[in-house]
Amino acid sequence: MSEPASAFERPLLSPFNVVAGIIVLVGLWITYLRFTGGLGAVTNLDQNNAWGFWIGFDLLCGVALAAGGYTTAAAVEIFGMKKFHAALRPALLTGFLGYSLVVIALTYDVGRPWRLPYPFVLSPGPTSVLFEVGACVLLYLIVLFLEFSPMALEWLGERRLRRILVRLTLLLTIFGITLSTLHQSSLGALFLIAPSKLHPLWYSSYLPVFFFVSSVAAGLSMVIFEGTLARRSFSDKMDDEHKGTADAVVLGFGKAAAFVLAAYFAIKVFGVALDDNWGLLGTGYGLWFLVEMIGFVLLPCFLYLVGTRDRNVKLIRWTAFLTVLGIVLNRLNICLICFNWQLPAQDRYVPHWMEIGLSVFVVTLGVVAYRFIVTRMPVFYEHPDFSEGH
Amino acid sequence: MSISRRRFLKSMTAFGVAMTVPKAGGAYGSFASHPDSCGVLHDITLCIGCRLCEKACNEVNDLPAPERPFDDESVLEKRRRSDDKSFTVVNRYQVDSRPGSPIFRKLQCNHCREPACASSCFVAAYAKTPEGAVVYDPSVCVGCRYCMIACPFDVPAYEYDEALEPKIMKCTLCHPRLLEGKLPGCVEACPQESLLFGRREDLIAVARERIHRHPDRYVDHIYGEHEVGGTNWLYISGVPFEEVGFRTDLGTTPAPKLTSGALSVVPVIAGVWPALLGGIYLMTRTKEKTSAREKATAVREAIDATQAAADEARKKAAEKAKADQEKAVQAAVKKALDQAAKESAKEGS
Amino acid sequence: MSEGFHSLQEFLHHTKGVLYLLSVAYLIGFVFFWRYLHDREREDD
Repeated sequence: MSEPASAFERPLLSPFNVVAGIIVLVGLWITYLRFTGGLGAVTNLDQNNAWGFWIGFDLLCGVALAAGGYTTAAAVEIFGMKKFHAALRPALLTGFLGYSLVVIALTYDVGRPWRLPYPFVLSPGPTSVLFEVGACVLLYLIVLFLEFSPMALEWLGERRLRRILVRLTLLLTIFGITLSTLHQSSLGALFLIAPSKLHPLWYSSYLPVFFFVSSVAAGLSMVIFEGTLARRSFSDKMDDEHKGTADAVVLGFGKAAAFVLAAYFAIKVFGVALDDNWGLLGTGYGLWFLVEMIGFVLLPCFLYLVGTRDRNVKLIRWTAFLTVLGIVLNRLNICLICFNWQLPAQDRYVPHWMEIGLSVFVVTLGVVAYRFIVTRMPVFYEHPDFSEGH
Repeated sequence: MSISRRRFLKSMTAFGVAMTVPKAGGAYGSFASHPDSCGVLHDITLCIGCRLCEKACNEVNDLPAPERPFDDESVLEKRRRSDDKSFTVVNRYQVDSRPGSPIFRKLQCNHCREPACASSCFVAAYAKTPEGAVVYDPSVCVGCRYCMIACPFDVPAYEYDEALEPKIMKCTLCHPRLLEGKLPGCVEACPQESLLFGRREDLIAVARERIHRHPDRYVDHIYGEHEVGGTNWLYISGVPFEEVGFRTDLGTTPAPKLTSGALSVVPVIAGVWPALLGGIYLMTRTKEKTSAREKATAVREAIDATQAAADEARKKAAEKAKADQEKAVQAAVKKALDQAAKESAKEGS
Repeated sequence: MSEGFHSLQEFLHHTKGVLYLLSVAYLIGFVFFWRYLHDREREDD
């Protein structure tokens, strides 16, 4: 587990490093174009379609998929389920990196990123849902950083500072869950202001509730999914507690996700009933709505149920992947596919390859940072000097 | 006890009714605009599509020269919208009910009474002025483009080709000119008087009057009177509005009301969640502590009970052993005595 | 009851601003509330 050994095990020109390197070079080139030629030089955004792939994927999906941090912290710290403890640090790390990537992506999308502090220090617009999203994401990023820092401080051997931060754990968890509830739901509330532009099957006064509930399912599933990937690459870093409780985490979170998806499906159905939109189910968009609901909400709910009852860890791992895809689909539907649905086909938006390229670049930065951290800091194992408290 | 039953019931009923009447603030009462809030009435039946309004707007606002000049009629072949270089455009429509004669209409920012752009802007870059114009302040704009998502009329345009100082571009109702007592550029330039500037209330009265005087000429509707809570740019038309590029499905709910409900829940969550989560934590911890204590007690009792049972068993075993030993001793003594008796009996005989 | 507000937007701009400040004050106060409660418990332990 010592550093020199892992440095020798991972050569500089490994396939991962080469691919990552190419992606980073392309990303840097897109960065140059964006800040010399404007958004028009690297995106397909236009006057009718102001939000595109960077908002739809990097912001909306990114925030939803980083929800594992607050859901795991709630389970372990608030509800006292100690058997999931091994999943906490990886989930917090993913959350911290995820939200950091969201902020990085925003600095590309927003016209004048150096003005991002303006709403909080100069000219607040409190009637805006975006103001609330920004305030809560900013505060939550600070919370996540503080929750992550003990891992770094243990690596650096900083005992006193670490002890101060660990004592804050419970308060940070409470604030983290509160802030997460607020901004996850508010991302949905953003679209309340545009009822004439979002397709009625996706537009609902319940949008904030839909986004919050689905974020819980997303977080639980991402913890399972990320655990599956980590097992393949970093099992040499995992201690006995981690390896021993891995299956318990998958089974426990899978069971919880089944409940959440069942509730989510139910309230989505209630949403259709609330606005009496049954007739729309027979349209083209209606069919697409059913694909999303049945294939990516009802089906994973059922598979989670079966997997939990039969203690089928492998099935639950695959279901987690399906759920994650479903959350991504839902966010892209609301922001891109079913937004501006009434515009004629030639006026609809399709992402520029550079928009996707930049998103891949940002995700790659996150993966590289993740690898750096888990191979050096006590995320999958307990640091021998600090094994009493967590 | 001198109050009569009838008076008591009456006062109770009055009290009950008073309780059901919503308080003005809680139901977001109604708000009166600035009394001198001004706007423009666009009479579509008078528009001839000369585009002199576009030209005037371009000059007044120092906008770049367009690709094709303003007198180029081929521009009208395509349906256009405002963009980062033109605040206003005139479009041409072929309407089935009037074959042969095209209909023209001008579109630009409608300067809503409850602007969605102002509601959605997280740096408060938009403001509804007392003069009626909705103005934009580029000195605070971050470029998030949420206003473009929010505007039901798809008005704000963005400078996507500006790398470092992109702005939103939209009609200003020539607010600086209004402050100088002048007319908006487009209104002044219109040769057909299709555009009329004045106080919103007066414009609505004029529109109603025209519709009333010539019911065969106009559709009986003033577009902008109630749409999305009312706009300061009003339109009257000779053909149904949806046939000349107007959205008629926008409803009358003003934009701020669409999100104020969700935003009201924010402080409630901020207030309740910490107490709720803290409470759950304390309850689960108490439960754990209690069950841990009960478990410890049960274990200790079990140990004590086992110990006591073991002591009891050992005592019994010891007593039994003693009793057995005594019996064995007695038996041995008896045997010895019998033996002795037998031997003495044998010797005696 | 309009109190000088000429639109719902103006009214909400004012009230939401006040509510944000109150919410932040509450959250800061909650930290002290929690620490006060926890300090006593630490004595008990």
